[in-house]
Parts: sequence; structure tokens; C-alpha cells
Amino acid sequence: MSVKIGNAPFHNRVQDGIENDFMRKAVSSAQGRFRSGRRNAAEELGDWEDWRTLGEEIRSHTLENIDFYLEKLSDAVSNRGGNVYFAQTAEEANQYIQDIVKRKEAKKIVKSKSMVTEEIGLNAALEEVGGEVVETDLGEWILQLDEDPPSHIVTPALHKDKGQIRETFSKKKGYEKTDDPEELALFAREQLREDFLSADVGITGCNFAVAESGAITLVTNEGNARLATALPDTQISVMGMERLVPTWEDLEVMVSLLTRAAVGQKLTSYVTSLTGTRLEGEVDGPEEFHLVILDNGRSKILGTEFQAALHCIRCAACINVCPVYRHVGGHAYGSIYPGPIGAVLTPLLDGYDDHKELPYASSLCAACTEACPVKIPLHEMLIRHRQIIVERENKAPKMEKLMMKGYAKWASSPAAYKLSTKVAKPGLKPWTEEETISNGPGPLKGWTNARDFPAPSKQSFRSWYKSRRKREESE
Amino acid sequence: MKVSLFITCLCDIFSTNVGKDTVELLERVGCEVDFPELQTCCGQPAYNSGYLTESKQAMKQMIRAFKDSEYVVGPSGSCVGMLKEYPEIFTGDPKWEEEAKALAAKSFEVTQFLVDVLGMTDVGSTFRGKVTYHPSCHMTRILGVKDAPKTLLQHVDGVELVELPIGEDCCGFGGTFSVKNAAISEQMVQEKSEHITETGAEYLVGGDMGCLLNIGGRMAREGKNVQVMHIAEILNYQK
Ligand code: SF4
Repeated sequence: MSVKIGNAPFHNRVQDGIENDFMRKAVSSAQGRFRSGRRNAAEELGDWEDWRTLGEEIRSHTLENIDFYLEKLSDAVSNRGGNVYFAQTAEEANQYIQDIVKRKEAKKIVKSKSMVTEEIGLNAALEEVGGEVVETDLGEWILQLDEDPPSHIVTPALHKDKGQIRETFSKKKGYEKTDDPEELALFAREQLREDFLSADVGITGCNFAVAESGAITLVTNEGNARLATALPDTQISVMGMERLVPTWEDLEVMVSLLTRAAVGQKLTSYVTSLTGTRLEGEVDGPEEFHLVILDNGRSKILGTEFQAALHCIRCAACINVCPVYRHVGGHAYGSIYPGPIGAVLTPLLDGYDDHKELPYASSLCAACTEACPVKIPLHEMLIRHRQIIVERENKAPKMEKLMMKGYAKWASSPAAYKLSTKVAKPGLKPWTEEETISNGPGPLKGWTNARDFPAPSKQSFRSWYKSRRKREESE
Repeated sequence: MKVSLFITCLCDIFSTNVGKDTVELLERVGCEVDFPELQTCCGQPAYNSGYLTESKQAMKQMIRAFKDSEYVVGPSGSCVGMLKEYPEIFTGDPKWEEEAKALAAKSFEVTQFLVDVLGMTDVGSTFRGKVTYHPSCHMTRILGVKDAPKTLLQHVDGVELVELPIGEDCCGFGGTFSVKNAAISEQMVQEKSEHITETGAEYLVGGDMGCLLNIGGRMAREGKNVQVMHIAEILNYQK
């Protein structure tokens, strides 16, 4: 199990997305809400660009010194009675968590939303050892009932509308009421309450771990993470190795950026920082706490030109402004990390073989880069991926390579270039009608399937300019 | 002031009129315009597709072409944006780094040049009609030119400028993206066309020929009666 979802070829996934009217309506209206929310929240904060710069500085300082801060975090967690496990791979992480579940003879496991446990396929691993896993985030719960992968990193069931959710509830849980969102949420709450009370183990992700104190911070709107960590005796948190901040002050900046960029809120309903086990004299907290710090390909990115991709705080702002995502939806990316950040991250974590189309699934409009609260140059990284696909991986189509070779000759030779400005018009004549090409040859076909292409001008600019000069000189 | 025109390959071959208008406009505001014939294409089609080696061949040609120019001015935010990236691309290349920097420093998109270098807001043109403006992605986000085109348009006598909804969204052109991911590109340009129709504008104006060919081609295919114009054409219009 990895970040990859589904086996259909990229262009089929895209086509499925484009044809899915339900999904597209849902995604488009959600994007609209998120976008204006983010803009308002940023404006209200003032100095948004300064905040972004600060966020970038904190992230890059942390990543530059990641060994130091991970050790600090690990010591802080241990000092507060927690266990820390560094997992190199998804398998190691799953194995470690399976062992805890077996040792505890746990029957029921509640989870709060976590992309990193999606990444390692933890649910399947837990079911293997006989655990019943219940996702307690509303969106995740819906997807779990439907056996559907997430399509967005903050609101995983973004692609579903309330009618579809109602149907899922009624099919899988005998729900009989309307598709009113409040009624649906109430139903989920009632169902999940039972699970919280009877769970043996609670598993969470981690938005930020604070290195100086060992606190695991969870940012949610539903409060389910609190129940998942307060009720079961054993708590396990899984974090990507990059998800830490040095100090509480840094946390404040990062949470401010995260909630504003993600959902346009000053603060989410719940920001929970959990520090270790229940110590003597304390009234709450788990008896046993485990922090699993996952590498799974991340350390390979350190020190490369892609290091800044590890600055990502999973706010989804880049996804929410992406027009490609809007039209194809999250599943088309074939990765649990969709959108611009997914197109950057997925090939880094899971290689180019299965994901070589992703870096091209962008018009390089740079809306993502502009939206990112920690200034990751996403569109530049997509170009860098393309270079690697062409030059190092040698995975570009043969035809394209030939054309680019031709392009280089053309663009580096003024004579060849000039000739082309002369022959373009007659050359395209067979396809031209009334100065328009509506069914073009070769690569033009992709273009003319959807729109007209103009015939070249009667006279190229450079030839017009030349005759003008001649006229002027003779006058 | 001496200005070298960077025509861009698209305008050179497909829109001679935009080139003419750019020349006349610059001359009208007092510039002496020349056209270095060694220029070709900025390298973007190859660069954005991942062909760094091939793109550099084009870039070197452009550096050679404009070696002696004082200012380089072009009717495209995207292509000028590409020139501005040369220094980064040639970083550490002893032969080309300095020349790349020099070219980037003296290159401007035409509205940027008029407003930021010449300090103009009104170029004295007249154009009657309801106009909406598409702020192309590379113009605004790569080159950082957001206000100049609108400022100039607002001062054109007779122009009624209406806001394009979600104007900042890409039109789906993206160079090779439009053929490599044609299906996605189509959805994007269709949406752009809908937004333009919503404004009720008679003219769609932009500063990048690629985007204009894309949007114009789509609207023509849809049989819509909106005329697509380059901003240089409006700024040089006199009646
Ligand atoms: S890349 Fe930036 S905008 Fe996208 S999810 Fe990560 S932090 Fe947010």
C-alpha cells in the first residue's frame, strides 16, 4: 500500500472525472467557498505576505535542522512517558502499530482524520490483525462506509453531495431520514458515540508536533480527535517526519496560517495539544502513548531541490485554487495526495513509473504557488519534475522528443525561423478554410477538437516590418 | 528612448496586426523602435515541457539577438516572464549568466513598460465598446504585472471596462498543456468563455497572444459574438 489509488490509466481517470457532473458541481462550489474564505481570512489578518514569509522561514529552518528537532521531540515525548518509534517504511509503521493492537488485545480502534495513515494503508493492516477500525471524522466515515478513497486532503469526501451521502447511510447503516446536512451529521454522531465509548485504542495523525514540549497538536472542526484521544486507554499518533515545529511560538504562526489557508477560519473549533500519558496526579490522558514518526521516502527528499515540498502543512489551499483539480476532481490524480501538491509529492514518494503524467496535469498557471501559505514554488517544481522525466528518466514520448529537437534547431537558427514564418501559411493551407483551421493535423488536432485555430497572417510581422523599413528609407 | 521590439513567435506568425499596433503605439509615445531580426522564440515551449537543453538553445539565440538593445519590450506577459527567468536558468554558467541577467533587467511587457518605465497612465487612444479584461496567469503571477493593463484601459476614451468573474483563473492554454492535456484544457477554456459571456462584454481584451488564441478559438467554435483583442490593439486605437 502506498499513496497510489486505483489502477486505471491517467487519461481514463481524467475522463471519468470530467464526465462526473455530481462531483464537478460539488467540487466547484466547495472551491468557491474555500477561496473566498481564504481571501477574507487573509485580508482580515493583514500583512498576509509577511505571515507567509514568516511561515516559510519557520518551515525551512525546521527542515534545515530536522535531525536536531526530531531528537528534541523524541526526548520530550519520552520524558513525558510516551514511546517514540521511527519507522523507515510504511510496513515498519504498520507492523509496530499492529503489535500494540495485538498486545492490547484491542477489538475496536477509533481513528481521527489522518492523511499519513492513509498513506501507509493502516486500516487494512489493522483489519489483518482482527481490529475493527472506525473512522470518526465525518468525511472519512462516509468514505469508509463507501469504500471510497479520499479526494481532498482536508475535506476527504468533497466529491460527494448530500444525496449520495444519504444513500450511503441508508444502505450501510439503515438511515431513514432526509438529506438535510444537520440530520445527517446528527445521525453520524449518534452512531460514532457508541464507538468512542467502546474503543480500546485511539489513533490520530498530527498537524504539528512541538519539539520543545513533545505536544502533538491536532486541528479539527468536529471535535472527534478529542474523543478519540480522551476515551481509549491507548493512544497512537502517526506523523510524517517533517510535521514538527520547534516551539510553541512557531506553532501559533503555523496554526494561524493553516486554519486561514485551509478553511478561511481564524481558528478551527478545536485545536488540541496532547502531551504524553496520564502522569501521577493527573486526571486525564491515555495510559499508554505512542508516537510513530514516519519516513516513508521523506528523507530522500531532504537536501534535494524538492526539499521545500516538505514544508507543506497540508492546508489544501493549492488544491482549492487549482482549475485542473476543479474539472477532474481528486481521484483523477490516482494518489491520496491530489492537486498541485499531490502532483509534486506523489512522484517523490512513490516514483515516476506510476505517476509520470501528474507533473503535466497543470497549465503552470501558478495559482497554487500564489496561494501556498508557506510559499512552496509548486509550479516550478512541476517543471523540474518534467525535466527529470525527460532527461533522467527518459520517459517522454518519442514523438515529443523529436519535435523538441526540431524546435531547438528552429529557435536557434534565425534563417530556419524566418523561413518558417514564410511557409507557415501555405503549409497549413490544406487545413485552412476562411482563415480558420477547424480540424488541424498532428498535434494541432488536440487543439482543434475543442476550438478553432487561426491561419497564419497573410504577411508575417517581420516581413511587414521589413517592407515598412524599405518604404521609410526610400521616402 | 530606444526600444527593441520583442515580437514573440506567436505574434510574428499569427498576429501581424498586434505587432504593428505595438510598434505604432510605442512610436506614438515617443520611442524609437527597432526590430532585431535575429530574434526567434523565448524557449518557453521547450522549457515548460521539461526540455531544458533544447530550451537553452532558444534562450541563447534570444540573448544574442538583444545584446545591443537598451530596452526590450514585448506584447506578452508570458514570454517576457520567460526572459526574466533566464538568470536563474543560467546560474553558474560562466559564459551566459551575466548576459542572461542583462537581458532580464532590460526586458518589459508593453503595458508594464508604458506605466512603470515611461510613467504613463493615458496613451491618448479612443475605443468605443464594452470591454472585459482577462489577466493572464504569467502576466500577473510570474511577471507580477497586475495593475498596469487595467490602469491603461481605464484611461482609454470610450471604453466601458467590466470586471471578469474569477478573472484570475487560467484559461486553459498553458502552451503544450493545451494539446497534451486537451480534455482538461477544453473544460477550462469553456468555463472561461462562460464567464466572459456573463459580463455581457463585446470585447475580450488580454495581453498574451496564446491565451487570446485559446479563448478566441473557443468562443468562435461556440459561435459566440465576442471579439477578442490584444491590449496593444486597443491602446493604439484612434477612432
Ligand atoms: S503545498 Fe502549500 S498550499 Fe498546498 S497543501 Fe501544502 S502548504 Fe497548503
